[in-house]
Amino acid sequence: MTVPPQETAVFTAAGRAGVGQRTGSLSTRHLVLAGAIAVAVVLPFVFQGFVIFQFTLVMIYGLAILGLNLLTGFNGQFSVGHGAFYGLGAYVTAILMHRYGMPYYWTLLPAGGVCFVVGFLFGLPALRLQGLYLALVTFAAAVALPQLLKFHPLEGWTGGVQGIVVDQPDAPAFLPIDSDQWLYYFTLLVILIMFAGAASLVKSRTGRAIMAIRDHPIAATAMGINGPLYKTLIFGVSALYTGVAGALGALAVQFVAPDSFSLFLSISFLVGLILGGMGSLPGCLFGGLFVLYVPNIAAEVSRGLAGAIYGLIMLLVIFVMPSGAAGFARLLGTYVSRMRHR
Amino acid sequence: MELFIQQVMSGLANGAIYASMALSVVMIYLAIDHLNFAQGEMATFSAFIGWQLIAWGTPYWVMFVAVVILSFIGGIAIERVLFKPLHNASILSQLVAFIALFSILNSLDGYLWDYTIKTFPTPFGTKPLFGSSLIDGHEAGMIVVTAVLLGLLYLFFQGTRLGLAMRAAASNPESARLVGIRVGWMTALGWGIAAAIGGVAGMLIAPIVFLEPNMMFGVLLYGFAGAVLGGLTSPGGAVLGGFAVGIIENLAGTFIPVIGRDLKLTIALVVIVAVLMVRPAGVFGRSAVSRV
Amino acid sequence: MMLEVQRLDAFYGEQQALFGIGFAVDEGKVRTLLGANGAGKTTALRALCGTVRTAGEIHFDGKRIDGWATEDIVRLGIAHVPDGRGTFLRVSVEENLQLGAITRRDRRAIAEDIERIYGYFPRLRERRAQQAGTLSGGEQQMLAVGRALMLRPRLLLLDEPSFGLAPRLVEELFEILGQVNRDMGVAMLIVEQNAALALELAEHAYLLETGRVVMDAAAAVIGADESIRRSYLGY
Repeated sequence: MTVPPQETAVFTAAGRAGVGQRTGSLSTRHLVLAGAIAVAVVLPFVFQGFVIFQFTLVMIYGLAILGLNLLTGFNGQFSVGHGAFYGLGAYVTAILMHRYGMPYYWTLLPAGGVCFVVGFLFGLPALRLQGLYLALVTFAAAVALPQLLKFHPLEGWTGGVQGIVVDQPDAPAFLPIDSDQWLYYFTLLVILIMFAGAASLVKSRTGRAIMAIRDHPIAATAMGINGPLYKTLIFGVSALYTGVAGALGALAVQFVAPDSFSLFLSISFLVGLILGGMGSLPGCLFGGLFVLYVPNIAAEVSRGLAGAIYGLIMLLVIFVMPSGAAGFARLLGTYVSRMRHR
Repeated sequence: MELFIQQVMSGLANGAIYASMALSVVMIYLAIDHLNFAQGEMATFSAFIGWQLIAWGTPYWVMFVAVVILSFIGGIAIERVLFKPLHNASILSQLVAFIALFSILNSLDGYLWDYTIKTFPTPFGTKPLFGSSLIDGHEAGMIVVTAVLLGLLYLFFQGTRLGLAMRAAASNPESARLVGIRVGWMTALGWGIAAAIGGVAGMLIAPIVFLEPNMMFGVLLYGFAGAVLGGLTSPGGAVLGGFAVGIIENLAGTFIPVIGRDLKLTIALVVIVAVLMVRPAGVFGRSAVSRV
Repeated sequence: MMLEVQRLDAFYGEQQALFGIGFAVDEGKVRTLLGANGAGKTTALRALCGTVRTAGEIHFDGKRIDGWATEDIVRLGIAHVPDGRGTFLRVSVEENLQLGAITRRDRRAIAEDIERIYGYFPRLRERRAQQAGTLSGGEQQMLAVGRALMLRPRLLLLDEPSFGLAPRLVEELFEILGQVNRDMGVAMLIVEQNAALALELAEHAYLLETGRVVMDAAAAVIGADESIRRSYLGY
């Protein structure tokens, strides 16, 4: 099963072209975006330590989901295993910092790079597999990672079941903020860069080619688009994004261990993506919110039935907002603009 | 050589578990054109109900029949309540529904029956079969039941009009409506049957792996693997795939020294992937030929 | 009239595709819906089968069937050969035919009918055990017609049966349709772009243009009128 095109209405070339053409005049989108960034910058001074940590995690999960979005929403390839890339990025950071003393900000590059290579290599056999079968293979990866991390011969590197402790980065001396706030801003900066990168990829010719492959692979090939090349590249890019998120996650949580990167994480990302809205960039952040807060809410409602409550909330969201939060927002937008034009 | 045969036999015994799970996976795939990720949890829930009935003093075979019937009804109920309203929604909404169902059932199991491990009785006895230590009565019984179920399903799907109608409804609902098939009922029936088979699988597996809420997780995985390996459209292939997975897992665990217990699952999955590279539709699967 | 349609509107979501059209088909007779691409011909057939949202009246055998579910309409004896054929690709040719008769109970008659279909379409008999998805376009079209006939329908709806077929095959197909109409007394409503052949077979024709009926006349009349043929039918 590939992702049906109507699910990804936001990621269409026509839609994007409309936004890009308004040079010199501010569209509502730009205003909303500027407003959101302004709010984001101010937040750490309004809230305290733990809440800042949670906001940082929301951004991190949002980035991880963006990675999955690039692959699944954008290119139609299904992955139930992105937790593995997240974990891989986290471990690269942890190992580089712990064993080799590399400063935290440099580790993002190898984390992303390693994940890109692994993702690309994953993309190669994936070319032969359709929908369901690809889902199973990525599923296998998600299950395999924790086991590999606990694997005895590799324990020297991975720290085995106990994992590796990661030191929290300190804020630079000249800034009057604490380390939680610093990490928040660092994450915010990375997020902004990477989201901007994704947005520009979507608008580009490469982006249009990649979407064409999702919508009609045979026609795309007939037009001369190199399907296999783009599909494997986007797998790599997708893994890179999620891997960088994992690296940031390691810095935030200050700890990596095999069982933190289980299948549940992969599934959470997928659910977050769907509920946020496939093919939507802002939707990824909604997904991040969901992944972080809903399991906790469920546990608070009922300790024993936490899983059941979690499931019920998921059902509620999907019944009320079948195209995810982004789809719902779009509907609201159309409704509002129709009212305005009466 | 002795060790090899022993491991193969042991793998066959495990394989029977995976095969029965794979069978119910394929069954529902044929009925609704989707993989049911909550299949394992439904089977576990059925097994728990069986356990409860036994705890209340019900004789084994009465319990067995009751569980099959209740599972059948439960499957239909889930379809009507949860999936029918979503049938026009995207495939992703349905995926979320499956995951939600998994979560709800798993949680309910723990809540209603707690997490302590329980024993589940077997009607086949646990004495070694024919005095050999390779396979015991229950394992043999499982293999037989799985084979019988398979035979019945084959007859149903290939030999009856209802079976044909169900296959048609699953693979092409619009055309099915155009020949007068009530697609909604067919889907519900498919769920019911799959749930019933899952219930049987659960009752057969529980005596071996012991009953607890997460009992089916690994089994479901292997079941999927077996079904995909054998070909999702082929019940017979799924069963063979299940047995194959059991054997591969055991042999890999025994003969590749590094693997040990932890990586058995990974190796099994790696083998599956390798096979899919060569035959993307599974060993016995028929890929649907489509013209551009 | 066996089938009567009055003031029929049809909608795809918010878009209206048919605007108050009316047509009818008599027992055992052949009528045709003609028009250019996008005129609404396919939509009209879908409206009859209940697969699009409609407003207005559809009468079959005196019963109102607008708003009915597709399965129930089919069971009244209306068989639809859709554009795209709708073949069950993963099952065999013979199973496709069996599916056409899935709502019937008379086993022996079904077996006889299968033989009769093979009589009309010998190529299908050669391929009876083959997976239907491997058939060529022309063969799938024959299979689709055969499957529809297995219902022993009172009314057969055909959507562009000539589409994508070589000219010789199209002539063959229309000959067979004529034969079936005579032998089995099946009424037919044929949607066609190939107006010439359709007008030969039909006794009455409707011309659709952007969702409205612009002409409603005997087939011979339309076929004889050169100006109509040139401006609307392209020949």
